Amino acid sequence: MKEKIMQIVTKYDADRTRLMDILLDIHDMQGYVDDENIEVLAEALGMSEAEVNETISFYHFFTKTPRGKFTVYLNNSITAVLRGRDAVKSAFEVACGTKFGAVSEDGLFGLFDTSCIGMNDQGPAAIINDRIFTNLTVYRVKELIKGLKEGKKLNELVYESNGDGNNADKDMQSMVQNNIRKGMFLLNKDYNKYEILKEDLSKHSPEEIIQIIEDSNLRGRGGAGFPTGLKWRFGRRVDGEHRIIICNADEGEPGTFKDRVMLTEYPDLVFEGMVVAAYATGADIGLLYLRYEYKYMLKFLNRVLDEMREHNLLGNKILGIKDFDFDIRIQLGAGAYVCGEESALIESLEGKRGEPRDKPPFPVERGYLGYPTIVNNVETLASAVKIVKYGAEWYKGFGTKDSLGTKLLSVSGDCRFPGIYEVEWGTSIREVIEMCGADDVQAIQVGGPSGVLIGVKDVDNLGATDLMKWYKPSGMMVAQKIYDRKLSYSDLPTGGSIIIFNNSRDLLREVVMNFMDFFIEESCGSCSTCRNLPFVMKQKLEKILDGHGVRQDIDDLLNWGKIIKVSRCGLGQTAANPILSSILNFRGLYEKDVKAMTDFDNIFDIEKSVDAANKYLGRKTEFHHN
Amino acid sequence: MSKKVIATTSLAGCFGCHMSFLDIDERILDLVELVEFNKSPIDDIKVFTKPVDIGIIEGGCCNSENIEILKSFRENCKVLVSLGECAIMGGLPALRNGIPIEECLAEAYLDGPTVGENKEGILPNDPELPMLLDKVYPCHEIVKIDYFLPGCAPDADLIWNALVALVTGNEMDLPYEVIKFD
Amino acid sequence: MNDTIKFKIDSQEIVAKKGQTIVEAAKDNGVYIPTLCNFEGVKPKGCCRMCTIKVNNRFMTACTTPAAAGMEVENDSAELNDIRKSIIELLFVTGNHFCPSCEKSGNCELQAFGYRYQMMVPRFPYNFPQKGIDASSPKIIKDQNRCIMCKRCIKTIKDEEGRNYFAFQNRGSELAVVLDKKLGKEMTDELAKLAMENCPVGSIIYKEIGFEKPIGTRKYDKQPIGSEIEV
Repeated sequence: MKEKIMQIVTKYDADRTRLMDILLDIHDMQGYVDDENIEVLAEALGMSEAEVNETISFYHFFTKTPRGKFTVYLNNSITAVLRGRDAVKSAFEVACGTKFGAVSEDGLFGLFDTSCIGMNDQGPAAIINDRIFTNLTVYRVKELIKGLKEGKKLNELVYESNGDGNNADKDMQSMVQNNIRKGMFLLNKDYNKYEILKEDLSKHSPEEIIQIIEDSNLRGRGGAGFPTGLKWRFGRRVDGEHRIIICNADEGEPGTFKDRVMLTEYPDLVFEGMVVAAYATGADIGLLYLRYEYKYMLKFLNRVLDEMREHNLLGNKILGIKDFDFDIRIQLGAGAYVCGEESALIESLEGKRGEPRDKPPFPVERGYLGYPTIVNNVETLASAVKIVKYGAEWYKGFGTKDSLGTKLLSVSGDCRFPGIYEVEWGTSIREVIEMCGADDVQAIQVGGPSGVLIGVKDVDNLGATDLMKWYKPSGMMVAQKIYDRKLSYSDLPTGGSIIIFNNSRDLLREVVMNFMDFFIEESCGSCSTCRNLPFVMKQKLEKILDGHGVRQDIDDLLNWGKIIKVSRCGLGQTAANPILSSILNFRGLYEKDVKAMTDFDNIFDIEKSVDAANKYLGRKTEFHHN
Repeated sequence: MSKKVIATTSLAGCFGCHMSFLDIDERILDLVELVEFNKSPIDDIKVFTKPVDIGIIEGGCCNSENIEILKSFRENCKVLVSLGECAIMGGLPALRNGIPIEECLAEAYLDGPTVGENKEGILPNDPELPMLLDKVYPCHEIVKIDYFLPGCAPDADLIWNALVALVTGNEMDLPYEVIKFD
Repeated sequence: MNDTIKFKIDSQEIVAKKGQTIVEAAKDNGVYIPTLCNFEGVKPKGCCRMCTIKVNNRFMTACTTPAAAGMEVENDSAELNDIRKSIIELLFVTGNHFCPSCEKSGNCELQAFGYRYQMMVPRFPYNFPQKGIDASSPKIIKDQNRCIMCKRCIKTIKDEEGRNYFAFQNRGSELAVVLDKKLGKEMTDELAKLAMENCPVGSIIYKEIGFEKPIGTRKYDKQPIGSEIEV
């Protein structure tokens, strides 16, 4: 075993910044990295064993103990729960003969929960040995596990046919469906592959490309909305031996799956965007950070890169342009929502835990391995290509004054047509609801758990102006009629996750609790605030939901929610948003559950609390007083 | 002016806080001018005989008796003060929190190095004994507590300053040196 | 070329050397910004968030942010001090901090902040989490009940080859700072003592010695933390 581990280490030049790849390769080989392996790695990489373990123990898909011949990661995002996840989970447990979080005695099956895997439009879904299984039902689970026990191969057990489009590609062979419901500008087959690179790029100087992007007012599509042209200009200005372009394909915000669809159907456009960005900024190294959940695309994407190399669209002297050397490597993640934050992503690329960095310095100044680094979202890079092709003026014809162009929405939850919708910025929530066929809507989660929960019932209860200033995204306006609020950077900014809940849903018990569990699970733990507060706040929410809440508890939640805003990164700062935004927009649900007549109630139950000792001592619990 | 009425008790505590109370030394003569004691180990009055202004609680809650006494203090006292680390956060008795109660009992009565002869494995289960709680609770998790005076034991000057302020209705003026957690 | 810059903290003018962080510049000018995870001589990480200040109405950490000319920093305000106090309270309730039985009591920075901010009782409920103690090293005890994940030991305690004795394990609420099994066994006395000194709380205890200084003579018995800086 030692030789095999050393072969892998040697493959990566015993470079500890490639620890992610080393660990991924070992997992591919045997499914886990145990203490013996860690000892070898530590020795070979000049680290202590605790340091190696530091990275391993951070990522959800790394493990020190075997997780079964077939490892099931069943996604636990809220839409999966709404679509019968609990029954599917039980079905797995019964069929496999083990509980979740454990491996069956025969070592055949390991069952584990996992955060959103980007399949909200076709959940409940699971990853089984890197293969995606969508639209799971109790029946399907029984059939699947039975088949595996009979010795069938996983690929024999996917549904009758593969998904649409490139999901059926020989290198993908996945049952995932694209569910593209509405295309406009990005999702449009009007574009011939590599057109820009082959025909237009050399006509423009790098400066001109940046100017076009700046003129188009393109802003980051991951959610934060930083002006892309400005980022490129900064990046170009900073000196460095190397310059890095990173494409962030780590979409982990529950409810987003647009990058999945972009990379499935338009990978060339995304990679082309990276080349355009490299040309504009003078970068020579390209990295696409692909979330582990999308590993099923890896072979397919690498084939596209090979094809580009064959066409001299990657490699040295691209298109014969002097000094234009640029290539792209795909780096897989290993399961950590926080790695979608650009500096955490860079840490992960360097083989470390995905802990966000302090800013300044920003990645454009000092990023990957200390070099100036430009991190752009999948959608942003693809948009840049189209903008260069059609020009900034044309692009300005879409959207609103402050939010130009289009946005990919990932719509899921209680609606008839979940999937990807490309809409112009400025589209109202009402239009989104009409588009996706949602009736009886109670609430809409815009921007995922870290975004806002908005609804129609409580529109008159929005006077909490004091809270608003704490509220991220900042500058949110409250419209009189919430349905008419518009998706835009000034009103409802979003990375594109839209989750719809109808009136049958229990917003607090089902939705908010699910979101809080997500933040507790996904915090990197570095900041004292984000490590501890979501947990403490969830306990307080539970107290209210258990009927022990008093009015003060609601105020406590609002006040504690302020403290978390001092956390380092966006994940931490927004980790209380599920509670804060549901108090803001659905305060009635909280008021309903708290006791109005008393100012003190605890959860303490004396009978329960003496139970364990009395049982052990063989005593009867008897109270003679009131 | 009628004297304020004070009651005190020690729940799951070591009486150290009461000892520290006595460390106000000769000021106790001033104190008796200001207050009268009702239910308290200091005067050995066992039950509440009149409404009390200030109840002082030492110790957290580790058994059913503690809970009952604490609740009776809440019912009979206008203001309740948690005095010392045990009342505030469980203190040393709460070191057992996080260890299953079964393990604690087994260690104390069956397996521990100080057990001695207990061949029959007798466990204390007489109905007269208070029932043990699953963990030691800070007092403010059982009833509403109005003031907290930390320390193990709290500094006598802290007790004096706070008490005079409560009795006279003035604001507490607590210098840095008197607030300590040990 | 002039290598000093001027900026303001709470409307007091601060003269700083270029490249200094806000915390360092403040210190040189007799202004105290509370820090807990920050440690002189190693790269700051902004883990504890105690040094949170406001620059242009945005929260920043003073230990990681370089001072810039013309900056207007808000530091000693009711809002920020309450956030700092709440962080201390949060650390108290999410660990098991039994001051009376802790060897570090009196010299503990977490406790000292409890004193500075007059923490009479935390606003959050006590959690009493189950955490263990690692006594496998012949030199030190690593008590996880008291660890506040400040990373100081991770950053400062290394062997000649630069390998870390301490490292993070897991993430989120499961996060722990653990001692490397192998290196922990071969720890020198000097390094073990240094680890204990650098730990702001009593999570790293040098074995067989404790409670050396009598009550009344310890670091924070008479003077609040930060008073050595404040003018």
